[in-house]
Amino acid sequence: MSFVLLEDGTRFDGEAVGAPEAVTGEVVFNTAMSGYQESVTDPSYARQLITFTYPHIGNYGVSEAAMESDRIHARAVIMRDARNHTRGAERGWLDWLRDGGIPAITGVDTRALVRHIRDAGSMRGGVFVDDTDEAAAAAAIAAEPAMSGLDLAREVTPSEPLELAATNGSRGPTIALIDTGVKSSIVSSLRARGARLQIHPCTSDADAILAGSPHAVMLVNGPGDPAALDYLVEQVRRLVGRLPMFGVCLGHQLLCRAVGLETYKLRFGHRGANHPVKDLTTGRIEITSQNHGFAVIGPGGEHTIEDDRPVRWETDFGTAELTHINLYDRTVEGLRLPEARASTVQYHPEAGPGPHDALHLFDRFIEAIGA
Amino acid sequence: MPRRDDIHRILILGSGPIVIGQAAEFDYSGAQACKVLAEEGYEVILVNSNPATIMTDPEFATATYIEPLLPGPVTKVIERERPDALLPTLGGQTALNLAKALHEDGTLERLGVELIGADYEAIRRAEDRELFRETMISAGLRVPRSATATTLADALEHIDEIGLPAIVRPAFTLGGQGGGIARSREDYGRIVAGGIAASPIGQVLIEESVLGWGEFELEVMRDRNDNVVIVCSIENVDPMGVHTGDSVTVAPQQTLSDETYQRLRDQAIAVIRAVGVETGGSNVQFAVNPESGEIVVIEMNPRVSRSSALASKATGFPIAKIAARLAVGYALEEIANDITRATPASFEPTIDYVVVKWPRFAFEKFHGVDADLTTHMKSVGEAMAIGRTFGQAFLKAMRSRELDVAADLDVSLETLLERVARAGASRFDELLEALRRGASLETLAQATSIDPWFLRELEALARSPEAAFAGVRSYRSVDTCAGEFPATTPYHYSAWERPAPDGSARHEIARGERPSVVILGSGPNRIGQGIEFDYCCVHAAMTVRASGRDAVMINCNPETVSTDYDTSDRLYFEPLTLEDVLAVVELEAPEGVIVQFGGQTPLRLAAGLERAGVRLLGTSVDSIDAAEDRGRFGELLERLGFQAPPYATARTLEEALEAADTVGYPLLVRPSYVLGGRAMEIVYARADLENYLRRSATAPDGREIFLDHFLENAIEVDVDALCDGRDVVIGGIMQHVEEAGIHSGDSACVLPPHSLGAEMLDQIREQTRGIALALHVVGLLNVQFAVISRPAGAELYVIEANPRASRTVPFVSKAVGRPLAKLACSLMLGETLASLGLPSELMSGRFVAVKEAVLPFNRFLGADTLLGPEMRSTGEVMGVAADFPTAFAKAQAAAGAALPSSGTVFVTVTDSDKAAGAGLAAQLHDLGFAIVATSGTADAIERMGVPVRKLRKVADGSPHVVDAIAGGEVDLVINTPTGSGARSDGWEIRRAAVARGIPCITTLSGGQAAARAISAARQGEPQVVSLQELHRTP
Ligand SMILES: Nc1ncnc2c1ncn2[C@@H]1O[C@H](COP(=O)(O)OP(=O)(O)O)[C@@H](O)[C@H]1O
Ligand SMILES: Nc1ncnc2c1ncn2[C@@H]1O[C@H](COP(=O)(O)OP(=O)(O)O)[C@@H](O)[C@H]1O
Ligand SMILES: [Mg+2]
Ligand SMILES: [Mg+2]
Repeated sequence: MSFVLLEDGTRFDGEAVGAPEAVTGEVVFNTAMSGYQESVTDPSYARQLITFTYPHIGNYGVSEAAMESDRIHARAVIMRDARNHTRGAERGWLDWLRDGGIPAITGVDTRALVRHIRDAGSMRGGVFVDDTDEAAAAAAIAAEPAMSGLDLAREVTPSEPLELAATNGSRGPTIALIDTGVKSSIVSSLRARGARLQIHPCTSDADAILAGSPHAVMLVNGPGDPAALDYLVEQVRRLVGRLPMFGVCLGHQLLCRAVGLETYKLRFGHRGANHPVKDLTTGRIEITSQNHGFAVIGPGGEHTIEDDRPVRWETDFGTAELTHINLYDRTVEGLRLPEARASTVQYHPEAGPGPHDALHLFDRFIEAIGA
Repeated sequence: MPRRDDIHRILILGSGPIVIGQAAEFDYSGAQACKVLAEEGYEVILVNSNPATIMTDPEFATATYIEPLLPGPVTKVIERERPDALLPTLGGQTALNLAKALHEDGTLERLGVELIGADYEAIRRAEDRELFRETMISAGLRVPRSATATTLADALEHIDEIGLPAIVRPAFTLGGQGGGIARSREDYGRIVAGGIAASPIGQVLIEESVLGWGEFELEVMRDRNDNVVIVCSIENVDPMGVHTGDSVTVAPQQTLSDETYQRLRDQAIAVIRAVGVETGGSNVQFAVNPESGEIVVIEMNPRVSRSSALASKATGFPIAKIAARLAVGYALEEIANDITRATPASFEPTIDYVVVKWPRFAFEKFHGVDADLTTHMKSVGEAMAIGRTFGQAFLKAMRSRELDVAADLDVSLETLLERVARAGASRFDELLEALRRGASLETLAQATSIDPWFLRELEALARSPEAAFAGVRSYRSVDTCAGEFPATTPYHYSAWERPAPDGSARHEIARGERPSVVILGSGPNRIGQGIEFDYCCVHAAMTVRASGRDAVMINCNPETVSTDYDTSDRLYFEPLTLEDVLAVVELEAPEGVIVQFGGQTPLRLAAGLERAGVRLLGTSVDSIDAAEDRGRFGELLERLGFQAPPYATARTLEEALEAADTVGYPLLVRPSYVLGGRAMEIVYARADLENYLRRSATAPDGREIFLDHFLENAIEVDVDALCDGRDVVIGGIMQHVEEAGIHSGDSACVLPPHSLGAEMLDQIREQTRGIALALHVVGLLNVQFAVISRPAGAELYVIEANPRASRTVPFVSKAVGRPLAKLACSLMLGETLASLGLPSELMSGRFVAVKEAVLPFNRFLGADTLLGPEMRSTGEVMGVAADFPTAFAKAQAAAGAALPSSGTVFVTVTDSDKAAGAGLAAQLHDLGFAIVATSGTADAIERMGVPVRKLRKVADGSPHVVDAIAGGEVDLVINTPTGSGARSDGWEIRRAAVARGIPCITTLSGGQAAARAISAARQGEPQVVSLQELHRTP
């Protein structure tokens, strides 16, 4: 019997369907009903075991076009009723997981697991195969470091800088992208809008970034605790105000930290494709793609924003305002520094997977650079 | 932006009678909307002709008008009530078309009524097929190549450019009525002509076929701030070419990648914006090419729909409720999600289970119709099931159908394959059987174009259906969010899972400490068991709650109010089988179970429940048996000294022929234990009986058939009564318009009786009391009588007694102003009639109420429209007025068979009716009608001194009667049967009348009522009056 074990000792049985190995990490859940391949290849899931709440995962196989990076980053996949169908796709989902060396387990009562995590918070755990001894499993979990305080961006960042041309033929701006584990959808969203990208390792120094004479800086998603990335926040502080800047997800958290805000670990994170986010400056609501375990605390120490007006305060970079909130739990979802021409969102405008409601933010960014 | 306070009174239009394509979902939506608007402090004015709806209960509106949904009566309502706004998006196509008409004739502007929810232009852009196309193209969306035509000649010009097969879709019709797939040139001409006739604006769209592509629906909501959410995606397992209403459907969609799904989502949003539905819900349908991923838009409905009801039940997101709030000014973010309470309605539900909807068909009642599934809808109801996997949901839905006639699978594999390719009512039963016999997935994919994902799932189910139900049954909640937030609304389904880890709960049920009562619903709508029973179940839930107990509902029909999670304290969305019900009962440990309100469905379970030790509230299983068992019931009547028609039972042909002679012809024959008079026939002679027995009755399992002496020319009477075991209260006595022999469900009836003497009524009351007490009824009892006039005076016969809620309970409740089902439920919970303080009879007598049945013949061209003892109506309407003729005229108009006020009547009656038929013709002549008739009837009419023109019979060659009807020369047909055989003249005549949409009356009693109604209608548009006024105690 294979099983999922959580650090608090809760156990859920299932059948192993991926690579026949044991693995530990942080157990999280994602409530999107499609887009499983995009999720597992999203580098932000590094060191995490993804539980999909939708029971049938694998229905339409996997394909090259749906890759969010060059490999699977999630450590394992936990499912209720996996499928290996391949029609219209290049590969079967389970075949692909197995070949990628990723343990996967199906037949798990994922709803019970999710309700447990929802109430107890996300925690470490593991997927274990072939009647692993439970005590040994528990020991393996205990050996797994907790997510808080982990710098994982360093694990997924490229070792060398890289340049990429625009894909729409036009000669748009050059954007320096600090790669903390970027999703392909961000890269392609920018390139499709005419941007030329200079992709830098996340350990790059601001001077090295500026040396390429970019017109703007893009901060992106990535795994781990933003509080462990002070070295990067330091470089961001050196870039803000000098160039227009747009940040997504971890990038949002980094810019927030750069203007002096704190971040904290959410109880079980936001992972899915249905969270409503309100832009307080326009009143518009977008249905968003989400994947984050940490969030930003407001300038007054507030974890939630109760008012529907942007919170404003003064920073080293001029006035700052919290522009977006999550209507589910009223947590911070966006920041803007008008004078520094910088803005960020916690969610994923690039979709991949999820709704396209916020794609326009990339247009706004490109326009802002032009201006 | 909060609630609008510049409007105070809002007019809501219902959808009228249940018909194919427009069923209980509009009662669910409308009732939700009425509740919400009242909560918001608005005065609601409601018009709906269907008394069997919760929304027309007087407490749901400030003023409730049970009036025809036609411009005339609705204008009168507007003039009286002066609403500020009209919300037209809750009453289906009927309400939308009516609102459009009221705008076009200037009424809305004249009386200062604003359309809210969808404005006139948006309705037009969505409903006018050509405008819709243009709108889509200018929004950059793809639609199938097409052309519109208003004449056949037009249409023929386009045939080459569109190609064959071509899809013909009439504008502004419901459920694809009048449309079809033209595979050949001959088809093309025929279907186009039919479509033009069916369209209220005489327009059809002829469209490039995308048969075999995947069919998807998205439910979209938009608010005044232009924020848009997708509530649910629905995938049709049956690909394009089978109407969504007839397709097995799944939510959420299963086979599209996120990339393709997001493109659909983007397009759905683009559609609602382009059409310009400012607030509310819409349904957008797409076809997706499985090879290329290409998407075309098929249509959008700018209103709540069958699919939106399904989406609401599938996700827990109450679309109609929210649409009503949006219409009065709220934004999505200002509305709380009922289920989580903590989060707003501006989100997209995500689910962690699978929902399967299965249509319920009734072809067995319509001999001779084309039973292949196509682009116009033919199903009469639906069942939905929720499971944790597709397999669980699919098999649960399958067993929720409660088929009367199992699919015939005893055929060769070849035949099975042919059948699945054609798509009929049993398509999936056949597919599973073919898979069991080893048919390959490729063959089946080829034959059906069903996505291989589904075929593989079916293959697994065919191999081992048990595998889907491995593990233990654990009840889960529908929470809109896949467990991300705690849910407060107790809406549950059973899942089969691995046993829960130690220390955690197996079920997500918050049972609480209060005693509970389980109410069993009535399952999918079908002919004979419709919305009336759901109405009663909802009333039972209200009563149980009011008594301080928890009401627990079990049902599987997504259209209904009973499966609204607001209706009961806990809702279990489950099949109504003994096993599924017992599992709920085990968990709930209820004080008792109520089986009296859900029609035959729960009654079938009663004995099994009792055997399992479950306490049933109300009338006992033994009493139910005493009423249903012919022998026991016969003895009971004998003991009471009441008369019943002589009868016998038989198991074989020989037995039957012998018994027939003792009982005496004519006979009414039928198999035992059927509802709605299925397979029931009147036979006049031995040869007919033999023929009947050979064809159908002696069931192979050797079940009994009944032979009753058929009472000719009898007046049928229906009584609904309440009994607490000691006292009896007569709820209402209804006299049928058509004579006994026409099923009570298909017959019009009048309350109070219009032509029975006081003495006879007393006798009816006395016998009803006698039967109620003898059966120890606790709750409701329905008794059907037949009254025969004999030279010595009228005689009363008991036809049957049903110790349960009957189909007429809602009608009677509306007519007498007392909620019969609620009162009955109180009795079942231990109250007495004395403690309820009821008079011995509830009839008010200040006005006349007429119920008329609505039949689906316009969808089943080819079926004989002749009424008989087998019920075939899908719904009913009510007409109320100070006198019978006016009430009858209203009911006819509401039923869609408005009687002409002038023109030509065609009369052709059977020999025994000739004299009376001639009298009727004379009456109509006096009313100014021209009379035409076939020769025999014409002779009789001439003898009365009435001018009449003779028409040729079909056999005598053109131009004959059918040509005359088809050519529009006739405005009303009166035809009593001389035989119902296919292709008889009568059949041709009735069919032509239906195709032409003119009223066709098949009984003399109906004809006489019509003549009186026509004469009454001469006084001008009748008064309208609200239920609240009618029942105001003077
Ligand atoms: N171009 C087409 N090719 C093939 N099937 C079609 C086409 N258009 C419509 N259909 C089928 O006909 C059904 C009814 O058409 P629709 O426009 O949705 O009418 P309705 O208003 O009755 O819902 C659809 O559900 C679909 O299965
Ligand atoms: N003996 C009879 N003589 C005349 N008509 C009858 C007789 N028995 C039944 N009917 C007619 O057949 C219809 C259906 O019969 P009923 O016993 O009420 O069946 P169901 O259980 O389907 O309601 C009745 O409504 C009535 O019109
Ligand atoms: Mg449709
Ligand atoms: Mg009956």
